[in-house]
Amino acid sequence: MKISLTINGVQREVDVEERTLLADLLRDQFALTGTHLGCDTSQCGCCTVHLDGEAVKSCTMLAVQAEGCSVLTIEGLAQSYALSDGEGMSKELRRDREAVWKDQAGSSSAAGPPAFEVHPVQAAFAACHGLQCGFCTPGMIMASTDLLRRHPDPSDEQILEGLAGNLCRCTGYVNIVKAVKQAAAQMRESQTAGSSR
Amino acid sequence: MYAFRYQRPSSVEAALELASADEEAKYLAGGMTLIPALKHRLASPSRLIDIARIPSLRVCERIGAGAGAVWRLGAALRHVEVAQHAGLAGDLPALTHLAAGIGDPQVRARGTIGGSVANNDPAADYPSALLALGAVVMTDRRRMPAADFFQGMFSTALEEREMIVAIEFPLPRRAAYAKFPHPATGYAMAGVFVAEHQDGNWRVAVTGVGAGVFRWEAAEAAIAAGDPVPSLERDDLMEDMHAPGTYRAHLASVMLAKARSQLSIGV
Repeated sequence: MKISLTINGVQREVDVEERTLLADLLRDQFALTGTHLGCDTSQCGCCTVHLDGEAVKSCTMLAVQAEGCSVLTIEGLAQSYALSDGEGMSKELRRDREAVWKDQAGSSSAAGPPAFEVHPVQAAFAACHGLQCGFCTPGMIMASTDLLRRHPDPSDEQILEGLAGNLCRCTGYVNIVKAVKQAAAQMRESQTAGSSR
Repeated sequence: MYAFRYQRPSSVEAALELASADEEAKYLAGGMTLIPALKHRLASPSRLIDIARIPSLRVCERIGAGAGAVWRLGAALRHVEVAQHAGLAGDLPALTHLAAGIGDPQVRARGTIGGSVANNDPAADYPSALLALGAVVMTDRRRMPAADFFQGMFSTALEEREMIVAIEFPLPRRAAYAKFPHPATGYAMAGVFVAEHQDGNWRVAVTGVGAGVFRWEAAEAAIAAGDPVPSLERDDLMEDMHAPGTYRAHLASVMLAKARSQLSIGV
């Protein structure tokens, strides 16, 4: 069955079998292997991606159900943050970041994508040791960015509730909560800085 | 997963027509139960008829005014949409609170009220709200009171190819829902929805405890009389690796007390 959908900002036309899971489409046809398959039974959340801006488990939906939708994976997160004000960014900051992006795009080799900086949540997970083995991390980060869209200044309880669909078997969650809080503070600060210019 | 055809009609009528042409077809809404079942090869429909985007199934509106008003929720409304509906939260905060506690955020972004009601999982949240509030299940061909609709574990009064199109909730004087979620799955180990109706009668519905949602009439009578609520006595208490039936029955008492303590704030 032929479907069209947007993946990380790029419009795609693909031919998929009806029973193909969205996670398998992303991994097998687009090599977007940052979307992990942990449990394959919709418990662990490692396969979390954004569908039209909301976190969903891509192992529990068919690719054909995403027809006409916009899918964002961990690979597209930083660029999406840099280019969009959909994640709570001011227009001024967006313009600044677009300028950075254009510089980077101009200086990088034609073969590869420009070297984008990481999303603040990705940076905070690294800085706060919000991961150990790292397997759950892409899903954790996609769920975290969704919860920060709903709660820009989340309490510990809101973070735990927002990550209820994601399992981590290494960290005990303490540093994950710390990372989300640090990222939230940084994103609020960037937004303020951007809008005061 | 076995192979199947997938179709996404744009109206209820078109969906019914597709279903009438194929005995092995199944309706697909959010897929939060059906897709895991397909993956485990527990179901093998010949075709999936995706009804999640049909506009007439996505209404959320108040009909009428005052105490006689009802809220009509389209079957394809997702849990997150019910949880975040400001108008509904003003009139029936117990229901938006219930929706906000289903599963996890990713599940709430896909799962629908119609899917949950049609599936009638014995530990699902919504059936308790329908039963306690005296809701009406509207299908493509008839209207059924919730008490007639739910018929025990994973069983409903739905006929072949019959589709839920909406649920109508009358407004109670006040209502509240409390559940003890299973720590891993989020499903109710015991969930209790309590409602005082406009006529002054009380309704108590319990999920997660028996072989399907049920009314706890002894508790209703005790609340109405101002008496202490007796222990829950039933023959069909759910027993599994997570908890014996007596534990769940006790948990129902605890959740009822918790729900009643929430009545003043209405969640």
